[in-house]
Amino acid sequence: MSAAAIIGLHHVSRQTDQGTLLLSPTDLEIFPADRIAIVGESGSGKTLLLRCLAELDPVQSGELRFHGQPVHGQQVPPYRTNVVYLPQRPVLFEGTVESNLQLPFQLKANAGKTYHRQTVVNWLSSLGRDEDFLTKSHENLSGGEMQIVALLRAIQIDPQVLLLDEPTAALDEGLTASVEQLVDSWFKTSQREVALVWITNSMEQAKRVCDTLYRVEAGRLGPPQANPRGE
Amino acid sequence: MDYLQLSYVQVGWATLLILVNAGISVWLRLGMERSLLIASFRTIVQLLLIGLILQWVFQIDQWYVVIGILGIMTLIAGITAVQRNQRRYPGIWLDTILSVWVSSWAITAFALLVVLNGIDHWYQPQYAIPLLGMMLGNTLNGISVGLSTFTETAYKRHDEIETMLTLGATRWEAIAGPIRHALQTGMTPIINSMMIVGLVSLPGMMTGQLLAGVEPAEAVKYQIAIMFLVASATAIGTAGSVLLSFRRLFTPDHQFLRSQLQAKKPAGKA
Repeated sequence: MSAAAIIGLHHVSRQTDQGTLLLSPTDLEIFPADRIAIVGESGSGKTLLLRCLAELDPVQSGELRFHGQPVHGQQVPPYRTNVVYLPQRPVLFEGTVESNLQLPFQLKANAGKTYHRQTVVNWLSSLGRDEDFLTKSHENLSGGEMQIVALLRAIQIDPQVLLLDEPTAALDEGLTASVEQLVDSWFKTSQREVALVWITNSMEQAKRVCDTLYRVEAGRLGPPQANPRGE
Repeated sequence: MDYLQLSYVQVGWATLLILVNAGISVWLRLGMERSLLIASFRTIVQLLLIGLILQWVFQIDQWYVVIGILGIMTLIAGITAVQRNQRRYPGIWLDTILSVWVSSWAITAFALLVVLNGIDHWYQPQYAIPLLGMMLGNTLNGISVGLSTFTETAYKRHDEIETMLTLGATRWEAIAGPIRHALQTGMTPIINSMMIVGLVSLPGMMTGQLLAGVEPAEAVKYQIAIMFLVASATAIGTAGSVLLSFRRLFTPDHQFLRSQLQAKKPAGKA
């Protein structure tokens, strides 16, 4: 029954250059099929924790393991295609929606993967958007649409773990539902044994999207709490 | 070669022209008299002083004296290149001075040993000092323009850089755009001046040679050689400084250390 963890954080901590502790030594394991919500005040260290999971910042102690192996140097870019971090404010590059979606395939770490237009069109139509959306310029997208593009861009490279940093914080109800739906269908249809970690400020959302809940307070990760979805 | 040697009286005639500036300033109440006075004084004192020093260096004609002077010139150029940069990172001083040093000295060495093959000895101050001076002046410009473009772009476009990293980009893939942009910006001035050299104005070195009585056909040969020497020194210096700073701003684990980029502290604060 005890499947091996996809990601394990072992005593990982973060400090400022001046030595102020931002994230106390933290242990966290993420298993296949985990849907984890992380809640906490702003400034409590939620984002730092998520960035640690994506190895985006140097850590001052501890280690991250991916399928039991430490991840360093040349292994980091391929690791990040398996564990994708999505920031709260989506960043799109100059060009169309489609050119943004094609971008990851130009990177060495994604060599061997190809852009499937039809898959993207199918995703889009499930969100009520047609093929023309692909030709839209990045300048003409709303914040919510940008978030959807950023999410699609991540999903397409077939990650095993999605790290979502308050992706719906600035969105209205309709777009929030679209984002949740997209993540949910990725979770259910992926060919891989996937997991997700979702930072949210809304307990209602945490209940909708996650099974396990963690609280972060002043740089400290609390114990896991079961959070039956749909309760 | 023959040219007219100026007497101090003749120089005096030229300095009198400062009265034109002073007159305009007084007449239009520009309030620049004080700056004019200081600037005039500094021009005269600094140049007389450097004349004395160079005279001494030329007479002594020893390699260690020449190297010493070249070292001081290089250090000043390196410090100036950093000071023009509005965004700093720990290590910028070492990286920049190193880039100025290596690029200008390598190309000056090539000039003295290969291009000017036939001079009496390699450290002959008459050649070594003005040549290095021209390399420094230009690499200094290339480096300060290239490096500030790079650090500024990296700082402002940090979210794009980071987004690339989250999608599996290597640190090089994430920053290649800003690096290319910075190198192009740093090298454009020298390419532009190669485009128009001789058409709009005569370069300072060539002008000096003409005044000193060198045949124009001879002077242009020197100028052509200098343009290419300067262009390559600028390229090496600019690329060196940008690549060294790239190494400081990213970890081997492909993490972008944006917090390393700090705005220059306002003057007056330590």
